[in-house]
Amino acid sequence: MPPERPTAPAWWSNDRVGGVILIVIAGLVALDTTTLPIGTLARPGPGYAPLICALILAALGLLVALRRGGAPFSGLRWGEGRHAALILGAGAFAALALERIGFRLTTLAILVFLLGVVERRPPLAVAAVALAISFGGYYLFWNILRVPLPIGPFGI
Amino acid sequence: MIETLQNLALGFSVALSPHVLFYAVLGCIVGTLVGVLPGLGPLAGISLLLPLTFGLSPTTAIVLLAGIYYGAMYGGSTTSILMRIPGEAASVMTCVDGYAMTQKGRAGPALAIAALGSFVAGTLSVVALMLLAPPLAAFALRFGPPEYTALLLLGLIILAYMSSGAMPKTLAMATLGLVLGTIGIDAMSGFIRFTHGVTELGDGIGIVPVAVGLFGLSEILLTAGKDTPPQVYKPKLRELVPSGEDVRRSIAPTLRGSVLGFFIGIIPGSAHIISSFVSYGIEKRISKRPEEFGHGAVEGVAGPESANNAAASGAFVPMLALGVPSGPIPAVMMAALMIHGVAPGPLLMEQQPALVWGFIASMYVGNIVLLILNLPMVGLFVNLLRIPYSYLYPCIVVFCVIGVYAVNSSVVDVWIMIVTGAVGYFLRKLDFDMAPVVLGLILSPMLELSLRQSLAMSAGDYGIFLHRPIAATMLAAVVMLFVLSLWPLIRGGGDWRSRVGLDEKPG
Repeated sequence: MPPERPTAPAWWSNDRVGGVILIVIAGLVALDTTTLPIGTLARPGPGYAPLICALILAALGLLVALRRGGAPFSGLRWGEGRHAALILGAGAFAALALERIGFRLTTLAILVFLLGVVERRPPLAVAAVALAISFGGYYLFWNILRVPLPIGPFGI
Repeated sequence: MIETLQNLALGFSVALSPHVLFYAVLGCIVGTLVGVLPGLGPLAGISLLLPLTFGLSPTTAIVLLAGIYYGAMYGGSTTSILMRIPGEAASVMTCVDGYAMTQKGRAGPALAIAALGSFVAGTLSVVALMLLAPPLAAFALRFGPPEYTALLLLGLIILAYMSSGAMPKTLAMATLGLVLGTIGIDAMSGFIRFTHGVTELGDGIGIVPVAVGLFGLSEILLTAGKDTPPQVYKPKLRELVPSGEDVRRSIAPTLRGSVLGFFIGIIPGSAHIISSFVSYGIEKRISKRPEEFGHGAVEGVAGPESANNAAASGAFVPMLALGVPSGPIPAVMMAALMIHGVAPGPLLMEQQPALVWGFIASMYVGNIVLLILNLPMVGLFVNLLRIPYSYLYPCIVVFCVIGVYAVNSSVVDVWIMIVTGAVGYFLRKLDFDMAPVVLGLILSPMLELSLRQSLAMSAGDYGIFLHRPIAATMLAAVVMLFVLSLWPLIRGGGDWRSRVGLDEKPG
């Protein structure tokens, strides 16, 4: 049996992808500082510190990108990706709905979605958990801990 | 010394008052739950529960949050030993030998040694905190803006040097935090930076939504969808008594872990995580039976558990004495103090002795409460893990939203949490550490302000950093550490991490 040829390390390693992202962020920050007075070395202005940080970030991003070895980016597993996207979607819904339909209805909707649609739990369990957490959580925060939470239509 | 004892007596009079004691015990219970539950580490736990402290006095608030912190440290070990699930990152090393002991039917002694080691380390490190913080605070009264600039730079370089990851990656994450910290109104000129019309960003990005996003939400994004209910082993009370041999073998690792953990705790970074890795590495290297490590060596439980608990107390030294957080958890606790109108800094010990000493005394009390909680009630806590994760994580997501929203009643904070959660998820997949981001975020305004104040004092002369002995000494240490960190790159081979075994991963 012929000996196995050593495989070349993947060009797009995790570090390289991370480094490139950092360089892009640094570039965007540096671009944004052009609207601010930079000042001088002796009298730094409001844009000075962000610009210096952006330059350092770009340099470090380059160092990270040039690191040798590291796991190949293509080797990353995204099995939880669908769940992650749906959870982020539920979070975005919460941010949009919280002050419009109130805390109780928002959390009720999120829990029904995550437990019932994403996780496919039994409807009775979904209803029990969603009602307990949304209404119980509201009672705990508003009535006991006196933390104000948004109220929706019809005072719910 | 007499003054310290008098102050401690004052602290105990505060900590043992029924109201404060109740919140100390509550904090320990909640912290243990946070530590037991995977996906909710101490940082996310403290950040989420911050709104609960709004109606409390500053002393009660800080006692509650501290209880959650070291309760989580204790609780994390339980699931590591019984199920090989580290409740929080600092317990990863405990999984190795703790779980191996469980497989050999020795879960009880493993839990007992972890709890006793944590108790001893927690108590010793509070004594050290009590002795070290006051003189350090007195010394820090000599600090002006140049000294603070040098101190913050030193903190950042130590963070990178001592981190468990690659130095450029750690520094890059700290710099990303520094960039985020520049968002909002510039304190010196009043210019509004990078808000893009979002008025809520004028005060800057809050530490709570970033911490919850990077640590809480990103953890849920990484773990959701994996729903395999763990086998829960519940040891009986009589099985918890360790043998004389176990105790004898654990004494030295516990003491070494206590000293090591305390000093690593003082320096910036994810101290409690690093300390447990370093302690495990050292114990393995100096052991007469290194072959037992990984197969149920009791030293592999006693050392790391002691170290991570000692580090939790050590982390409070710079916070109490200098007003500078050494990690994301003290940073959130500092934010909690500021919400209550208390300004952390060297004057805190003089101006608020009841708060500081009440807090220190509550840590003694908390250690005893946790010892009582963690041994007889271990079965009760592990029952939580019977709840399927598919039920647990949607509830945690809801509590993330409430916790973040309630701090400022702002949906912008909820958006920040979602964005940082997504960024944290992606960067953690790429093996970046998130703790430096939070530390950079809190240090950024301090660093920028002290640098610009120093230059204003000296009419733009950078020589001010060299003419003042304390600042010059700290800057010399910065240069030295920078050269030391470059040395392995020039010479080739490993650095201190490989010597103490920090590069070792749990098997």
